Amino acid sequence: MSEHAISFTLNGHLHEGRAEARTSLADHLRQAAGHCGVHLGCEHGACGACTVMVDGKAVRACLMLAVQAQGCAVRTVEGLAASDGTLHRVQQVLREEHALQCGFCTPGIAMTLAALVEGETRPDAQALEQAIGGHLCRCTGYQGLRRAAHRLAGDAP
Amino acid sequence: MKPAPFDYARPASLDEAARLLAEAGGGASVIAGGQTLMPLLNLRMSQPFLLVDLGAIPELRAVERHTGGIRVGAMAVQNELLGHPLVRSDLPLLARALGHVGHHQTRSRGTIGGSIAFAEPAAECPAVALALDARVQLHSVRGMRQVAMADFLHGPYATACAFDEIVTALVFPDPPAGERVEVFFEVARRPGDFALTGLAGELHLDGGTIVAARLAWFAMGHTALRAREAEAALVGAALDEIEPEAIAALALAGTAPFDDKAASAAYRETVARRMFARTLRETCAGRAMA
Repeated sequence: MSEHAISFTLNGHLHEGRAEARTSLADHLRQAAGHCGVHLGCEHGACGACTVMVDGKAVRACLMLAVQAQGCAVRTVEGLAASDGTLHRVQQVLREEHALQCGFCTPGIAMTLAALVEGETRPDAQALEQAIGGHLCRCTGYQGLRRAAHRLAGDAP
Repeated sequence: MKPAPFDYARPASLDEAARLLAEAGGGASVIAGGQTLMPLLNLRMSQPFLLVDLGAIPELRAVERHTGGIRVGAMAVQNELLGHPLVRSDLPLLARALGHVGHHQTRSRGTIGGSIAFAEPAAECPAVALALDARVQLHSVRGMRQVAMADFLHGPYATACAFDEIVTALVFPDPPAGERVEVFFEVARRPGDFALTGLAGELHLDGGTIVAARLAWFAMGHTALRAREAEAALVGAALDEIEPEAIAALALAGTAPFDDKAASAAYRETVARRMFARTLRETCAGRAMA
């Protein structure tokens, strides 16, 4: 079993550490980097709770090895709000539309939406809704999320 | 959940990757996007002692036109292919099908080569490749070879790819002459779920007459399956004289729908028959009016 030195940018800061080959990016972010906003639900890619951004794209952190993040730019929900605490536009809209309840699925959904609204092509509401389809929410339901998606499509730069 | 222990290598060249696989003697797994392999590792359904990551070999990502067709590198990422100008213009069926592969978040890393190599019977990409007569390029220490998609798929998760071979590209030959029309449907409980049944294909038209038909089922047998009898019946037919129900019956002839927890074989067959007829009717009607 190989162990690897890894370094990547985590929310704008250099992160250096070591990881067993089999350690998922999600486990590494939680256990080695202390970023527990990366939630683990199913650990096989179905629920979406662990979604983070890697090089600007929304990916499942449970379906990627920590060692594969070498040299990448990783962003988690901890890196969404500004340093003064001002919420990211996605977080603000999720809050205003009551698009969360227990909050377990929320970090992943926020990262998916943030990756799309910050991406190169301006997403329409349908694209945002479809992307939310990659997440499971088991308490507050999806209507608030749909409203948030529609607002973000209008808000997108 | 933790995978069983393994070593990890990220070779910078195809030759190095092939050498690692050959030396591992069958105990290694290739990891492309990992969107299917990682769940299998996490659930310990797969326990290789070495992972060979193809992520550091840039030439495997290239999508390019060359004489006689379009070569799509195995490591081309599904979301990138979805927006790729050459795919949108020349492989519209692939673009259409890719929108149904997994979720946005898995398509960020999932690759077309991984999807082909895994040969999931309900997957879209193998059916598209089979319908479009694609060839699979395989590389090993013994050299490079090409296998027609029809010979590549051996069964569920079983292909012609030997343990020491790497799927490096898919080559889609130029389509038959004539205006082409996509034929596609997929039935799933929710977008992103495994297909309960689906069809991917193209009709090629000269005026109002079908001059070529290439249709492949997915989730209707042990592999993606060509609907050869239906194709033969469609060739030479005028769009306004096709009987969709009769063609649907022919299309189902070679299928072997299966029972699983998502649907019974009878359900798959009923839905497939009706969806096939409906899709063919709407495709022909839309084209006859155009």
